[in-house]
Amino acid sequence: MSEKLAEQSVRIEDLYDDLDKWHVNTGGETIHAKRMPGRFRQLKWLTASTWLLFFLGPYLRYDGRQAILFDIPDRKFYIFDITIMPQDIWMLSLTLLFFAILLAVITSVAGRVFCGYFCFQTVWTDVYTWIEEKLEGAPHKRRKIDSAPMSFEKLKLKVPKHAAWLAIAMLTGVSFAAWFTDAYELWEAYVTLSASKAAWIVLALFTGGTYLFAGFMREQVCFWLCPYARIQGVMYDTETILPAYDRHRGEPRGKLRKGNTVEGQGDCIDCNQCVAVCPTGVDIREGQHEGCITCALCIDACDAVMEKINKPKGLIRYASWDELEGKPVPKLLKRPRVLVYLAIITAAAIGIVYGVTHLGTFGLSVVHERSPLFVLQSDGSIQNKYDLKILNKSDVDHPVRLTARGPEGLALRTPAQPLTAKSGRVSSFTIFVRVPRRQLDAEMQPLIFEIQSVDDDGANAEYESMFVGPRQ
Amino acid sequence: MSDQKNPYGPGTTGHVWDENLAEATNPPPKWWMIGLHASWILVLLYTLVYPSWPWFGGAFKGVMGWTSIGEYKQDLAAINEVRGKYENQLPGKSAAAILADSELNEYVQRSAKVLFGENCAACHGSGGAGNPGFPVLADDEWLYGGEIDKITQSITAGRQGMMPARGGASLTEAEVDELARAVAATDPTSSPLFTGKGTCFACHGQDGKGTPAMGAPDLTDRIWRFGNGSFEEVKYTILHGVNDSNDANSRNAEMPSWQQRLSETEIKKLAVYVHQFGGGR
Repeated sequence: MSEKLAEQSVRIEDLYDDLDKWHVNTGGETIHAKRMPGRFRQLKWLTASTWLLFFLGPYLRYDGRQAILFDIPDRKFYIFDITIMPQDIWMLSLTLLFFAILLAVITSVAGRVFCGYFCFQTVWTDVYTWIEEKLEGAPHKRRKIDSAPMSFEKLKLKVPKHAAWLAIAMLTGVSFAAWFTDAYELWEAYVTLSASKAAWIVLALFTGGTYLFAGFMREQVCFWLCPYARIQGVMYDTETILPAYDRHRGEPRGKLRKGNTVEGQGDCIDCNQCVAVCPTGVDIREGQHEGCITCALCIDACDAVMEKINKPKGLIRYASWDELEGKPVPKLLKRPRVLVYLAIITAAAIGIVYGVTHLGTFGLSVVHERSPLFVLQSDGSIQNKYDLKILNKSDVDHPVRLTARGPEGLALRTPAQPLTAKSGRVSSFTIFVRVPRRQLDAEMQPLIFEIQSVDDDGANAEYESMFVGPRQ
Repeated sequence: MSDQKNPYGPGTTGHVWDENLAEATNPPPKWWMIGLHASWILVLLYTLVYPSWPWFGGAFKGVMGWTSIGEYKQDLAAINEVRGKYENQLPGKSAAAILADSELNEYVQRSAKVLFGENCAACHGSGGAGNPGFPVLADDEWLYGGEIDKITQSITAGRQGMMPARGGASLTEAEVDELARAVAATDPTSSPLFTGKGTCFACHGQDGKGTPAMGAPDLTDRIWRFGNGSFEEVKYTILHGVNDSNDANSRNAEMPSWQQRLSETEIKKLAVYVHQFGGGR
């Protein structure tokens, strides 16, 4: 057996040893992470503040209505002056694709950036624990309070905290609901207790969910509930930069004695600050961990310590596996994975931009009558029946003129022209087309319907259907 | 391997297999126990709310009084409320007025499909496509007229035309052949028998273009009441007539009256629906 293989093979004894050290927190212990200032701490507040859009967005007005409104009952999405109807929902697929791949590219380049800086679970938990720290004090005090028996003093600390948590949870629920209905009317309905059943259910679910997830389950959600935690974890490779412990520099670790360096000892002084600040209770020095949301708070903690003991910062830093092991690191744009992701993102973005700029006024669809496919008329011509549906996406009614191109000699029979395409809905018309039999040289021939608005030259649409005749 | 490596602590059931394999007495996880208790509580609540347990006089009815027929009736009432807006207008309007009102017309097109399928499609085919021996309703040839009032009348009172065999039993086999050839060529008047001995013109008109008042079809167009207009089919019709009680092999053509089975409103809806197949005048 070669030396390399022997090194890689796993001994049964090792598994037992691992198991001995294996420590998994399944919610039995509450993690009270220390809060330390630092540049990643600041960055985290900055990224978390993007969620203010979630709270404030619904109150924006545009043209007399809510600027961004997802009107589910009427099946219309309003985004400023754009109105998106179910027919344009393919753009939603592209948007989802865009964000899915954006997540993939960022994860493969810089780890779980979403988890660590943007995820609602992380952000809400962060705010909840911030309140906890303000009201109950530092971690050691909190642990003491938690283990103390119930008393008036304890209640005096706990009640305001839970009240604040619930208030945030309810505000979250109202803000979510406000994207789907008029925000001001919704507030009024909630305050006067006259909101719809759906509104109350949404509020209850979000209040309960936020309170439970951010207040109690916290890192447990990332460990056991969240699928993205697992998905993102497998998107790493050895070139992904992550908050990582430089073990070559740090080991062998050992306590600092009287402020002097001990010969042969690494830079890690085993102060455990990196563990103390970790919101998910991970020890970064053990290597990449599924619980690590790459929030980089351990970097802040370690840098602060390194500064105190006059060692260079960056014992824990954003670095890739290859970098830490001294291997060459390829340039970002020379990594095939990044290029493929970027190509998909670009395609999706182009699609979305095209979609938004080419929404059009009309959606036209024509359904050919199937029973019967065609009817012989007394003059020997063949008649086909069509169900014409005009969707008018604009906010005014349009008179439209319908024409058809197809077999020579075709005669179009419609209700009185121009037809009226009613605003914001589908208007349907029964259309008959007659073609003299001698003009039919195939069982099926293409027939193109065209509509043109009488008022607006730019508003038109066409649809290709079929004209069916007897078998030749 | 050491005996000290049991990660679950010292508690075991006492059974030991294969020297060192023991079953640990760990309690089920907390979340699992919560799930277990939540489950039976849910079952209990469900069976309290909905009909469930065997009980004196049938079964326990549930505290909400829910029944499946009740839910059905509720749903039906909800649908009827939507339809009511249109249905309430129909009795007061004539079929022609419904036809002229685009909104009501649209409603009838959507809602009369079932009515047509249940009562008419068996003979006339879905979409009025017709069937062998039964007229197509989607074309522009009408035996009794394609105006909305005529269609209403056809459905209400039914129709039964009559054509005597052999032009009133007067034609010879050879004369029937000659007449059939002329009719099959959509040029009935080319045979002197049409206006002569056959007396066809009495019903089908001097020019052979039919008389809707009598249900006598136009013989000069491409639409045929029986068969595909071939010589044999035409000959059979002339030989045996239509609804001729003296000829056992006579063609049968009867549209039953629907006024006993359908309400006036239903008949109006059907008339509008049929009119819109494409042939209505």
